[in-house]
Amino acid sequence: MTTEAADPVDAAAIAPAADAGFLQRWGTEIEYILIPGAALVVALLVFGIFVALFGKNPLDLYWYMYYGAFGTWFSWQNTLSRAAPLILTALCTALPAQLGMVIIGGEGALLIGALSATSAALALQGMPPLVVQVAMVIAGMTGGGLWILLSGGLRQYRGVNETISSLLLVYIALAILNHLVEGVMRDPASLNKPSTREIGAANMIGTIPGTDVHWGLVFGLILAVASYILIYHTTFGFAARVAGGNIRAAKIVGLSVGKLILTVCFLAGACAGLAGMVEVAAVQGRTNANLAVGYGFTGILVAFLARQNPLAIIPVAILLGGINASGGLLQRRLGLPDASVLVLQGIIFISVLASDALYGRIGFLKGKS
Amino acid sequence: MDFGRISRRHLLQGGAALTLGAAAGLRPAFAAETTIGFIYVGSRDDYGYNQAHAQGAAALKKLPGLKVIEEEKVPETDAVEKTIESMINLDGATLLFPTSFGYYNPHMIKMAAKYPKLRFEHCGGLWSEKDPKNAGSYFGYIDEAQYIAGIVAGYTSKSGKLGFVAAKPIPQVLRNINAFTLGARLANPKATTQVIFTGDWSMPVKEAEATNSLIDQGVDVLTCHVDGPKTMVENAARRGAFVTGYHVNQSPLAPKAYLTGAEWNWEALYPKFVKMLAAGESIPNFYRGGLKEELVKVSPYGEAVSEPARKHADEIKAKFLGDGYTIFKGPLKDNKGNTVITAGTERGQKDPELEKMDYLVEGVIGATS
Repeated sequence: MTTEAADPVDAAAIAPAADAGFLQRWGTEIEYILIPGAALVVALLVFGIFVALFGKNPLDLYWYMYYGAFGTWFSWQNTLSRAAPLILTALCTALPAQLGMVIIGGEGALLIGALSATSAALALQGMPPLVVQVAMVIAGMTGGGLWILLSGGLRQYRGVNETISSLLLVYIALAILNHLVEGVMRDPASLNKPSTREIGAANMIGTIPGTDVHWGLVFGLILAVASYILIYHTTFGFAARVAGGNIRAAKIVGLSVGKLILTVCFLAGACAGLAGMVEVAAVQGRTNANLAVGYGFTGILVAFLARQNPLAIIPVAILLGGINASGGLLQRRLGLPDASVLVLQGIIFISVLASDALYGRIGFLKGKS
Repeated sequence: MDFGRISRRHLLQGGAALTLGAAAGLRPAFAAETTIGFIYVGSRDDYGYNQAHAQGAAALKKLPGLKVIEEEKVPETDAVEKTIESMINLDGATLLFPTSFGYYNPHMIKMAAKYPKLRFEHCGGLWSEKDPKNAGSYFGYIDEAQYIAGIVAGYTSKSGKLGFVAAKPIPQVLRNINAFTLGARLANPKATTQVIFTGDWSMPVKEAEATNSLIDQGVDVLTCHVDGPKTMVENAARRGAFVTGYHVNQSPLAPKAYLTGAEWNWEALYPKFVKMLAAGESIPNFYRGGLKEELVKVSPYGEAVSEPARKHADEIKAKFLGDGYTIFKGPLKDNKGNTVITAGTERGQKDPELEKMDYLVEGVIGATS
């Protein structure tokens, strides 16, 4: 105190200078944490006001959201189970985004992946479970991959907008699924709920030991990290980002943009296809219309909130998983309608997208030069 | 904010109830305040399937010593497992009603096996010996009420053309279409029922299209079997057609057009279940019944229902409530001319053959596939 008081000018001059050095060096990274974090806080405050308008105490709301999502070990498992499919479906949007493509058809790839994985399991009945499971992974990823490859191919060879085509392919995938499940693949015993035959209890992949979270979470984490490495630490990823940044420049330097598009689309679809395989092999045990619950669509939200960064997808998916997990508690304890969770998701989405405008504009994070 | 204390108290209560319940059957579990959880697949004010269950839950709320918790819009995935566990772990629920068909297998079965001391009651599932003993399935023979509604519709229709907006060609739906048609032909032997399948349980746009297209073809009385009859009822009433309802009483939506309807009577059944448990009796694992057993009911007649229609309908209703009445009896032909029930055969409500129904009776215009 005394030194500062004695020499205010120096202290003021030195401290910000040191800060500026630190902030300048890490400014971008700090922005990536600070801005979405602030956007989230703003969204929660807005949602609190919204809830207060309905005569509920916002503090109760925040407590129940925390309690239902992260407050107990059970809540954590609930959150992680719900996050697992979202990580995989978010990658289906985030990978093509590196190329500047907006793919929103992860739901279709998930359904086709589930259908392919189920077909593989049903074809290999009687084989050792490990063989069946590996075949399901390969079939699920290939099926989903080929599905998004269709969008990539349509874009590359026919100039069809990939956003529209991938979205429309979702409805085709759902129609194919319903057609097969209610037709040739139907288990005659599934009277009032048309479904395929079960893949068999032995072929289920089960849960991570000590938890009741299924292995889909681990698959998601591995693929998210692998995607991050692929995009930021390989020449392939670099090429993809160059093409995404400026497609003409990429062509001029001799990059095979078409090959990049097709490969990335296949990988993206494979991630969503794996999500479908996991839903079959860890949750439902067979394919039926229950698979189409919108994991693919929520994945789009996750990818955009994560700014298409595969690593950021992990915490964002857990956040959304937590919001969904606590939604039940909000209904039961506060008497809020189910739609309130959707309202919150919408507010977060808008808030984070709007905060995009702040990048590079926060004064104290900018360098002096 | 003392949520911790509240939830802990509930947990302790639940735990104490469990231990006692284990020692002396389920009786003590219902001695203190009991928490009962209801899970709905859609919105609980849908004027349909979910609202019928919510009305049952509301009837339980009026009983002393019961705490009813509800969660809506829970998909038929592991989300319902998590909701069940959340109700058990965070709210101390000891009796659960996951009410949607797709919750049964594998989700509710898995939870019943995991929590063997709690009671699970499912609507519509087919409980079999290999399923856990603490799980049960109940369902009502609502085709009895559809048969009565058919009689009323047959008398009211001037064109003799009736319309049926249906979700999927599964046994439960086909049985309603057939019962409705047989009832109508009791009143008017020349009556026909044109059926349109929308393909899924909640497809408001397709339901509206189907309603309009049926009326365009000369249909003047409509009914339906979808999750939310609201769309059909409101659109038909707007076009000047009459309707018979389904799931719950939709007369508030169309007071003039509403003739009668086939309703669930869960507000009678659920208190009965709770009283059985409180008295130390066990609920039969496979619980079925119709009008007589008060699982289903017929809506009060609307003003447009003629005197002969009321008389005939009441007469048949009295038979259902009295010595019994068989809807599906030979000789019965399907709409392709094949005999499906031979002369002299009576298929009573509990006949397992009826659970596998895959035909439309003579007089129905439409196909199952």
